[in-house]
Amino acid sequence: MIEFHLDGRSGVAPYMQLIQQVRQAMRLGLLAEGDQLPTVKDVVSKVAINPNTVLKAYRELEYEGLVAARPGVGTFVTRTLTDESLAAHGPLREELIAWLARARAAGLTAESIEALFVSTFRARIEESA
Amino acid sequence: MSRPVLQAEGLSKRYGRRLALSDCTLAIPAGRVVGLVGPNGAGKTTLLHIAVGLLPPTAGSIEVLGGHPASGAAQLAKVGFVAQDAPIYAGLSVADHLRFGAHMNPGWDQRLADERIGRLGLDPSQKAGKLSGGQRAQLALTLAIAKLPDLLILDEPIASLDPLARREFLQGLMAYIAEHDASVILSSHLVSDLERVCDYLVVLVASRVRVSGEVDDLLTNHHRLTGARRDLANLPTGTEVIEESHIDRQSTLTVRSTSPIDDRSFTVEQLTLEDLVLAYLSQQTTHPQPVLETTP
Repeated sequence: MIEFHLDGRSGVAPYMQLIQQVRQAMRLGLLAEGDQLPTVKDVVSKVAINPNTVLKAYRELEYEGLVAARPGVGTFVTRTLTDESLAAHGPLREELIAWLARARAAGLTAESIEALFVSTFRARIEESA
Repeated sequence: MSRPVLQAEGLSKRYGRRLALSDCTLAIPAGRVVGLVGPNGAGKTTLLHIAVGLLPPTAGSIEVLGGHPASGAAQLAKVGFVAQDAPIYAGLSVADHLRFGAHMNPGWDQRLADERIGRLGLDPSQKAGKLSGGQRAQLALTLAIAKLPDLLILDEPIASLDPLARREFLQGLMAYIAEHDASVILSSHLVSDLERVCDYLVVLVASRVRVSGEVDDLLTNHHRLTGARRDLANLPTGTEVIEESHIDRQSTLTVRSTSPIDDRSFTVEQLTLEDLVLAYLSQQTTHPQPVLETTP
């Protein structure tokens, strides 16, 4: 089961934040085929948002073919977004943790580590595009 | 298409020479969480009191859930109301309040009331006068929803609460409407209080409705334009300027336009709901009269 949270300052529409969190959980293997999404009532009584926002997010996910609603039962994940690459996550994460430790040791603050990572990431993505 | 939960036509309320509400026309669809926003003294409480039948209008007509607000018990049973500052009886216990609610309301759901009181951790034997502000608001909300209304009308329900109590209040409110398909109208002088929950907005300024509509439509149709200073007469047709400010060489405009702005000489930005409301509030000082309706 996934637990939603909402960032009020991100500028991303709340329903889109819910969609992104489901997609991300699916990519990381935290949600797999057959898993149930929280009911609308569960989400709104935790996150304090409009039920229509949750319905809109679930409809959009359904339209994308990622989930299916079973009337009277709930909304279920119908696909798995992870692929063979999931196996590579563990070792890559280990390397990233080691890199973060080196960046810390070199005296970088959390903010400068993030800036360095994001700028390098963007530059590489643009190069390869 | 179900009929509107609240339909008002030319609704006005006059106290002596002062107009508290002028020419208010609204058609609010069912199933929405409506934010009624405006500065203090704009007429929000007057409009809500007319909607629940506490005040007769001076002119115009209003229907709430298809009935007249002051038409009797059947109408009262459909509408839950929490007045400003969540009034309770200080000398009565929490349990007394629930007994009173059960006695007064034929459709009373005791299980729902008990469950809510339990979840909130309120002691039924506690005198209501000893409750914190947040607990008092929650008790008042419990009384309003245990009668299972189709429409909840809440006047400034969270303005005086701390952030955690606000969140808890809205959680309880959203849980109710998710389960019972009810509509809600809640007022606040701060739109940031309501941004997460409301999907329909009514902005009331100086006794008049300035703008009303679905939040999604409002956000799509309003833009902030920044660019070199220029004559506003050259704006594309169908563009309405809500707010403008100019410095030496630059103009910043808040505009409403149903078609996309493709004027390259402007930088076009999306507005947040808060910016949008503020633009209408400040319009009060620059243009005394305009009334805008975006009811689709």
